[in-house]
Amino acid sequence: MVTVGQMRFRITLTALVALILTVLPLPVWLDALRPAFLVLTVLYWSINTPRAGGIGLGFACGLMLDVFQGPVLGEHALALSIVAYIAVREHQRIRSKPAFQQSLLVFAALVFYEFVVFAIDGWTGHPVTSPLRWLHCLTGAIIWPPAAAILSYSEGRPA
Amino acid sequence: MTAFGTAAGRPLQGRGGSPGFRFTVYAALAVVIMYLDQRAHYLEPARYALQSAAYPIQLAVNSPPTAWRWLRESFQSRESLRAENERLRAHQRDLELLAMRYAALAHENGELRGLREALPPVAERWLPAEIINIQLSGLRQRLLIDRGASNGVFKGQAVLDDRALIGQTTHVGPWSAEVILITDPEHAVPVRIERTGLRTIAVGAGDGSSLALPYLPANADVRGGDLLLTSGLGGVFPEGYPVARVSEVHRDAVQPLAQVRAAVLSHIDSDTEVMLVWFREGHPAAPASTAASGADARSGSPAMQPLAAPPRPAAAPRPDTAVAAASPPAPARAAAPPPRAAAPKPRAGPQAPVPAAPGGENPAAVIEAAAPPGDSPPPADTPADQPQVPPR
Repeated sequence: MVTVGQMRFRITLTALVALILTVLPLPVWLDALRPAFLVLTVLYWSINTPRAGGIGLGFACGLMLDVFQGPVLGEHALALSIVAYIAVREHQRIRSKPAFQQSLLVFAALVFYEFVVFAIDGWTGHPVTSPLRWLHCLTGAIIWPPAAAILSYSEGRPA
Repeated sequence: MTAFGTAAGRPLQGRGGSPGFRFTVYAALAVVIMYLDQRAHYLEPARYALQSAAYPIQLAVNSPPTAWRWLRESFQSRESLRAENERLRAHQRDLELLAMRYAALAHENGELRGLREALPPVAERWLPAEIINIQLSGLRQRLLIDRGASNGVFKGQAVLDDRALIGQTTHVGPWSAEVILITDPEHAVPVRIERTGLRTIAVGAGDGSSLALPYLPANADVRGGDLLLTSGLGGVFPEGYPVARVSEVHRDAVQPLAQVRAAVLSHIDSDTEVMLVWFREGHPAAPASTAASGADARSGSPAMQPLAAPPRPAAAPRPDTAVAAASPPAPARAAAPPPRAAAPKPRAGPQAPVPAAPGGENPAAVIEAAAPPGDSPPPADTPADQPQVPPR
C-alpha cells in the first residue's frame, strides 16, 4: 500500500528526472531526436494514477518547461494541461490497451501536444516552422513501452 | 504483449473537483499567464523567481560536461601545455603591438574630433560569463550563461565573444541569464557595411551561422566579403563592433531587393566563455537609445543641437526623423528597414561647417548624426570617425 504522500513524492522525483533529461545539452542532430520525456511522464501518471497526477501535474511541469525553453510563460503549461486532461478522461480505455496500441495513442497525443505548442508559437509571434520539430513525436512513441515499464517500476509494482 | 497499469483498486484519492472543472481552471490560468507575459510583461518578477528555482537543475545538467572538461584539462600533457603557453605568448605579443598602435590611433582620433583629449574606450566594463546551456536546434538559437542580476546584468545587454558580436540578453535571472543569438530568426541587428557606410538591418537566418540582409535594394553597393559592423542605431549595441561578413549576394532582375547572406564572425559552437559588456554612457559610439538622445538634447550635447535648428530646412529634418524612427525602444524587433532618405541627397561634407557653430567642439559627431541613413554612400571626405576594431 502506497500512501498519497509517497506517491506524490515519487511523481515529483520522476518529473524532475524527466525535466533534467529534457534540458540536458545534446549535439544538434541528437537534439531533434530527443523524445519529450516530461510529456511522456505526465502522460504516464495521468493514465495510471489520474488522481495523484493529472492536470495539476501537467500544468506544473509545463510551467517548468516554459521557464527553461518557452518563449512565453504558460505555453507548455496549457499544452500539457490539455494533453493531461485527455489522458485522465480516457485513462481507463488507454490503460487496458496492449503496449503497441498504447504507443500509437501516445504518438497521437504527442502530435496533438506539439500542434498546440506550434499554434501558440505562431500566435505569439515566435513561429518555428522547421519540420524537425515533429520528429520527437515518433521517437517518443517508440520509447513509450520501455519508459512506461521503468515508470511502473518506480510506482512500486512489477511491470 | 503486456498491458500496462491494469492494477485495479487504486488507493489514491485526490481532492478537487472533476477533471473537467480542474482542466478549465488550469487552462484559464495558463491563458491568463500567457497574456500577461506576452502583452503586459507583468510577470518579470514571477519569471525571475522561477528562473532562480530552475538554476540548481541547470547546474546539475551542466555538471557532466564541466566535469569532463576539468578531467581532460587536468590530464593534459606537459608538452601540450607548453605548446599552448607558447602560442598564447605569441598572441599576447601581437596584441600588445596592436594595443600600442591603438593608443596612437585613439589619440589621433581624438584630435580629429577636436576634443582636448582622446575619448576613453566605449566599453566601460567587461565580465566573462560561462555558457551553461546551448539551444542551437535550428528552431531557437539561445544560450544560457552563468551570470545574472546579482552580477549587474540587465535585460538587453550586448554579449560578445573574442571575435565578434554574439547576441543580447533576453531574460535575466538572479544567477543566470538567457541570451538570444543574432542568428535567431526573431533577432535583428542594425548594421553598417564597413566599405560603403551603407546602413541596413541584419536578421538571423536561423541556421546557426548566418544572417540575412533582406532590406537592401537590388542596386545597393554590396559585394561578397564586405564586413558588417554594428551601426549603433537601435539602442542596444554600440557602434563599430564586427558582426558578420557578406558571403553571397544574389540579384534577380525581377526582384526589387537583393538577396544577401552574411556569415557570422563569432564561433558559438567552440566558445565556452562569452563577454558581457557595459558601455560608457554618453560616449559618441555608445548605443543611442531614444531616452538617452532626449536627455542629450536637453543637456545640450553638440551631437543633437544642429538637428534642432537646421540651417537648411529642406534637408535637415529628414535625417532627424530618420534617426528617431530607426531607434525604437525595442530594437531587436525593428523589422522595418531604416527609411531611405529621398531625392535630394544632402551631402554631409558641405553641410558640416554650418551647423557646427552652436556646439563648436564635435564636428565629427555632427557629420555622423546628419549623414542620411539611406543608400547613398557617404562622400569621400567623411573623416575617419569612431575607433574601429581591426577587421580580421
